[in-house]
Amino acid sequence: MHFPVLSSVVFLPLVAALVILTYRPEWKKAIRWTALMTALLALGLSFGLYLTYDWSAGGYQFLEKYRWLPALGIYLYFGIDGMSAPLILLTGVVMTTGVMISWGIEERPREFFAFLFILASGVFGVFASLDLFMLFFFYEIAVFPMYLLIVIWGWVKTREYAAMKLTLYLFIGSVVALVGALVMYWSSGLHTFDLLALERAAFSPAFQKVWFLPVFMGFGVLGGIFPFHNWSPDGHVAAPTAVSMFHAGVLMKLGAFAALRVGIMLLPEGAKFWSPLIMALALVNIVYGAFIASVQTDFKYVIGFSSVSHMGLVLMGFATLSEDGLLGAGMQMFSHGVMTALFFAVVGMVYDRTHTRHIPDLGGLARTMPLAAVGFIIGGLVSMGMPGFSGFVAEFPIFRGIWQTDRWWMALIAVLSIVVTAAYILRVVGRVFFGPLPETFAGHLSPINTFDKIALVFLCLFMVGLGFFPSLMTPWVQSGVRHILALLGGA
Amino acid sequence: MADWSSLFVEIALLALGIVILVVDPFLRRGEKRRSVLGWLTAGGLFVILGAHLGFGRASENPMLFGGMVSADGLTFWFKAFFLFAALISAILFAENEPLQQRAEAYLLLLVATLGMCLMAAATDLVMLYLAIETTSIPLYVLAGFLRDDDKSTEAGFKYLLFGAVISAILLYGLSLLFGLSGSTALYAQRPLFTEFNLLSFGVLLLILAGLAFKVAIFPFHFWAPDVYEGAPTPVAGFLSTASKAAGFAVLIRLFVTAFPALSSDWSLVLAILAALTMTVGNLVALTQKNVKRLLAYSSIAHAGYALLGLVAFSPLGLASLVFYLLVYLLTNLLAFGLVTVVGQATASDELHAYYGLSRRHAGLALALLVALLSLAGIPPFGGFAAKFFIFNAAVESGWVWLVIVGVLNSIVGLYYYLNVLKYVYLYRMEGEDEVRHPILLPRATTVALLVLIAGVLILGTLFAPWFDSALRLASALY
Amino acid sequence: MDFLNTHLLSLILFSPVLAAGIVLLIPKAKVSAIRWTALLSSLVPLALTVYLWTRFRPEQAGFQFEARYLWYAAIHSSLHLGVDGLSLSMVLLTTLLTPLALLASFSIRTNLKACLALFLFLETGLLGVFLTLDLLIFFVFWEVGLVPMYFLINQWGSEKGERRLWKGTMLPARTYASLKFMIYTMAASLGLLLAIQLLGVLFQDYDLPVLYQRWNALRDTSLLGLPVETVKRVAFWAFVIAFAVKVPIWPFHTWLPDAHTEAPTGGSMLLAGVLLKLGAYGFLRLVLPLYPAEAAHYASTLGLLATLAIIFGAFAAYGQKDFKRLVAYSSVNHMGFVVLGIAAAARAAGTLDATIALNGATLQMFNHGLSAAGMFFLVGVLYERTHTRNLDDLGGLFPLAPRYGGLLILTAMASLGLPGLGGFVSEFLVVRGAWPVLTGYTAAAMLGLLFTGAYILKAIKQVLHGPLNPRWAQGEQRLTDMQQREVLVMVPLLALTLATGLWPAWILNLINATVMRLF
Repeated sequence: MHFPVLSSVVFLPLVAALVILTYRPEWKKAIRWTALMTALLALGLSFGLYLTYDWSAGGYQFLEKYRWLPALGIYLYFGIDGMSAPLILLTGVVMTTGVMISWGIEERPREFFAFLFILASGVFGVFASLDLFMLFFFYEIAVFPMYLLIVIWGWVKTREYAAMKLTLYLFIGSVVALVGALVMYWSSGLHTFDLLALERAAFSPAFQKVWFLPVFMGFGVLGGIFPFHNWSPDGHVAAPTAVSMFHAGVLMKLGAFAALRVGIMLLPEGAKFWSPLIMALALVNIVYGAFIASVQTDFKYVIGFSSVSHMGLVLMGFATLSEDGLLGAGMQMFSHGVMTALFFAVVGMVYDRTHTRHIPDLGGLARTMPLAAVGFIIGGLVSMGMPGFSGFVAEFPIFRGIWQTDRWWMALIAVLSIVVTAAYILRVVGRVFFGPLPETFAGHLSPINTFDKIALVFLCLFMVGLGFFPSLMTPWVQSGVRHILALLGGA
Repeated sequence: MADWSSLFVEIALLALGIVILVVDPFLRRGEKRRSVLGWLTAGGLFVILGAHLGFGRASENPMLFGGMVSADGLTFWFKAFFLFAALISAILFAENEPLQQRAEAYLLLLVATLGMCLMAAATDLVMLYLAIETTSIPLYVLAGFLRDDDKSTEAGFKYLLFGAVISAILLYGLSLLFGLSGSTALYAQRPLFTEFNLLSFGVLLLILAGLAFKVAIFPFHFWAPDVYEGAPTPVAGFLSTASKAAGFAVLIRLFVTAFPALSSDWSLVLAILAALTMTVGNLVALTQKNVKRLLAYSSIAHAGYALLGLVAFSPLGLASLVFYLLVYLLTNLLAFGLVTVVGQATASDELHAYYGLSRRHAGLALALLVALLSLAGIPPFGGFAAKFFIFNAAVESGWVWLVIVGVLNSIVGLYYYLNVLKYVYLYRMEGEDEVRHPILLPRATTVALLVLIAGVLILGTLFAPWFDSALRLASALY
Repeated sequence: MDFLNTHLLSLILFSPVLAAGIVLLIPKAKVSAIRWTALLSSLVPLALTVYLWTRFRPEQAGFQFEARYLWYAAIHSSLHLGVDGLSLSMVLLTTLLTPLALLASFSIRTNLKACLALFLFLETGLLGVFLTLDLLIFFVFWEVGLVPMYFLINQWGSEKGERRLWKGTMLPARTYASLKFMIYTMAASLGLLLAIQLLGVLFQDYDLPVLYQRWNALRDTSLLGLPVETVKRVAFWAFVIAFAVKVPIWPFHTWLPDAHTEAPTGGSMLLAGVLLKLGAYGFLRLVLPLYPAEAAHYASTLGLLATLAIIFGAFAAYGQKDFKRLVAYSSVNHMGFVVLGIAAAARAAGTLDATIALNGATLQMFNHGLSAAGMFFLVGVLYERTHTRNLDDLGGLFPLAPRYGGLLILTAMASLGLPGLGGFVSEFLVVRGAWPVLTGYTAAAMLGLLFTGAYILKAIKQVLHGPLNPRWAQGEQRLTDMQQREVLVMVPLLALTLATGLWPAWILNLINATVMRLF
């Protein structure tokens, strides 16, 4: 009954990383299988957590609290609510599919999987943390492995630049938020970093108005908020496939989630005050991201910018501070996470075989990798918000949320992104997967392997399943949203 | 009756030094000699440290020997720091070519340690000066120990000259203090500083200059890079950690126990100095191509971060400062230890010697990762907790702008630390021949490094007991 | 039996998806199995629809066979299904045309499995629009139906031809057509999407019967800082534009010629046969009930556009050299009558004229579905043999393929609106209903009708009569007559259109009963 599930989920990858580091570099098979087993275990645990979370009761469940530094009020405090449960599941999914997709890494797989798992632990930790110190602790653990992963295994052309840019941007964001968090800690007078206690701390409206912006924007950097999104496309492109999957699929959600947890939930008056600005910035993300994506000629950059656009939807949903908006944002975090993981996986499969991502040079790949093509098409339909798939289920409530604010006209502008996205998705799909197969590739392209196929099908199941049966996730998110609304309403 | 047990560390150190001196002539040149001296020193220090931790206790009566020394929590902790640093340094000495053969090196190390312990304990002006000189002079010699190396000689000379001048200034200040107050006891200086007074301001300025030199804070930091670069690496390691910590111990003693009333005036000055130190240290570090100089500037910057604790001037601030020093001690010793190893293997301290290190010895690369990321302030390493607590303390006392400067500086630091990691993990050796150029780690050094890594990790995760002790120390001082 | 009755609509709706799933599991090599599985399983929805038809009670008001399933409770949308006469006729049309389209697609050689599966997915998409009584679900199926059609045109469309996209980028014609189709329709639907979002937020419910009531009850207040009337007007146009593109109403029709021409035969059959009706259905089910005042206000504009569609469609068809494009423009022409009827009904809501006009419009939807599908199929038959659609290359084919010729003439006559065939009845009703209401436009439409005859006869003449192009007479490209399978496709269409022409009551009773109560 009292098995510490959350700590297990959080620390399992870290322990696995340390174990893998003790292997000899030549034991590639052992390294890979250990990684896969760990990932599957983490997936199983996260699924279990998701399914056993009681959304009708709501609130924070699976609580574990250990005294860590009582003198300062620091506790190792874990718990999930309706918003974080899907995200824990998402991490497990991306972790597993990421390991499967990375099966072919030949260059120092030991270090690769070790760093990847340290990253995973950090991510799990942030989603599960209910202590502000621990949130930062795990947040930064989740960022530094990105540098090493990109710099060592990334795309030779831009990896050094992109890795440093990414790391510095994310750090600046997190330390700005840190200052805000420290100020909040002292100003609350409660001498605790316990998030639940801080939720009830009554910060003065003036204080909230000043400090909401640094905290939200600080974390928002990782969420890709305009104008601090610049690290994201370069980072996505330079990173090796599994790292891109993690990066866009989970890490950006980390930023948005922390912005929600620490920014909106602890400083609700500040959130209300700054909502118009955040909505405007998110709107830029949504529309600008889509337009920029449509002019890219590098396959991966298209997807990188499309992530900027879709995270804009998440941030927009948050910024509306409405029931529907928050619901949509929660769903979108999961839906986009799965979709973008699939996109990057397919891009990786294409690149591994053709050694180019230049769209004009590609074509006709549906013939050699039909399942990847279908997977990408499904992902594309999710991306353009096509009803019947998880993207629509997520985007629609966000738009409803916009209508419920005074800035309802933003909805009229934001819808443009749907059509622009449709245009570039169809164009990319047509160019890359259909049409004639270039001479250079004829006969040289191997089909995708079994693990790739399993990963693709697994991801597609989520996208289609949620599209048909939104009720598989909405009750969870709704219970989390109810709590947030209570904080917003009461303040 | 004088409480000799409070001085037992110093006495033991002295005894150990004498033993070394005595044993030395009886040892023949060669392998045996190296290991005996080294093990003797290290073993002796280990025993002393153990005894100190086990039996040395903060005495009820803080003032001993006629008010010359005290044996409170501050003394206890800092002595432990110094002994530990000396222990690690002794192990590193033992594996370092020119140093290991010379008994003088170990003796100087021990004497310097003795001096530092006295610095932490001193509560009298004369005692203070004595202790500082006892510390500094052996360090001057150690810095210039490599007679055949021009850089080392230059380092020794520079350190000596600057040190001597600053020492004179310090002495001048201390004597003026005596003249004004009529007593050499530190606690007797309090009435002089209850309100702002041009004379006392000037005096304090002189004393501060001396201590700033010791700790290498802007604007008295300029000696550090040259000295660290030239000195034998283990010596640089010892200098950057123990010597700095000793300086801080004195600063704490002075500001908290002797001149508390001036805190509000001085805090701003200290804050500005801290900001400048951090910034200068980090910015100049960006351009360094020599890893020892890089670490030197990084140490300067870290002194700046540590100063935040003093600026905060609260029990929390002091506790954070002490914790910071502990973490910094472990981390920097680790860093310099690694530099020693690599320096020996590659005969170079330039950054390009680190290319491809991860392929030559994966463990070393990981250790370097731990050290550098801890310096950068990344969890789960001690540096994160240390920075977090010290920024926390500064925010509590309302120094938000200073914290902002601090966090921005951390970013700059992160940049150059990550760069080194990039060289280690991504870049390749010339000829890409790493497999045939592995690096061998001697056993003792491995143990030392492992202990340091464990320490950094523990301080980064299970920091509660350590921080709680620091808090107790701090509140006792108030 | 009871299960069947309670869940009849969802069975009709989802059985094609199930069928598609089964088809996808059949190994690629077993071509025959794929064909027959697809065809036979597509007869299931048809059978169920016929069963539904027999059980449907026209005299009963409101929607029948209603069923409600949980879908997206968080935003108050449920899978609410129900039929009335209007939707039932459309459902029959869809479930009838799909097996025929499948039968027509038996001749596809590449990727047959995917092609047939897509047809089945498309069927569900189309049925969903007709069967749902939930506004959000309407939109879901509206958009979802685009995807299979996009791929059908894109992958199995005509292989020859190129089009310029912009700045000199040349695309294969089918890629251009499918892209234009998809983007045009999606862009036009954006307004619809926004309006639906607003309605949902306003009423916290997407159920159509509820929305009819509450939206109409909303008067004399302000909404979003504007008077409700303004908002309603904007929303009206948002809805109209989305449907106008689909119908298509001139000038939003430009996607149609390309899409219809480049689509594969089966695709064109469903595109012209059913997809266009989605737009008209949207007018009837959503625009008229939700915006009676605005519709009445703008009825003359709609009438004008309808008339222009009739006239210009006819002129454009007359001028075509490409047989398929000619038939495509004929769709514009015929759908114009539907819109004319709707416009008249909007203007004169509640009167007998309105009822007659609506009857005509709905029946025209059904009839055009049959005749357009037939015409496209016949064009496809010819193309498969001659590999050309150019009317100049054809000619004098009647003696070579008398069966084909006979069926073509019959279908063309149905398209023309010859009395005795269904088209006449519906066009007559539309004109009869619109004449008192929109006299001028109706008169102009008659002119269009004249030209309809012109282009139909021209087409027949250029294909069947006149000098025979020797290419077809002998050698490799010798023309063969229609086979059994192909005749089988035409038979149901012609039989129904004949039945409707001679005894319209079989369907008109049903439609009339519903239409009478629409206002």
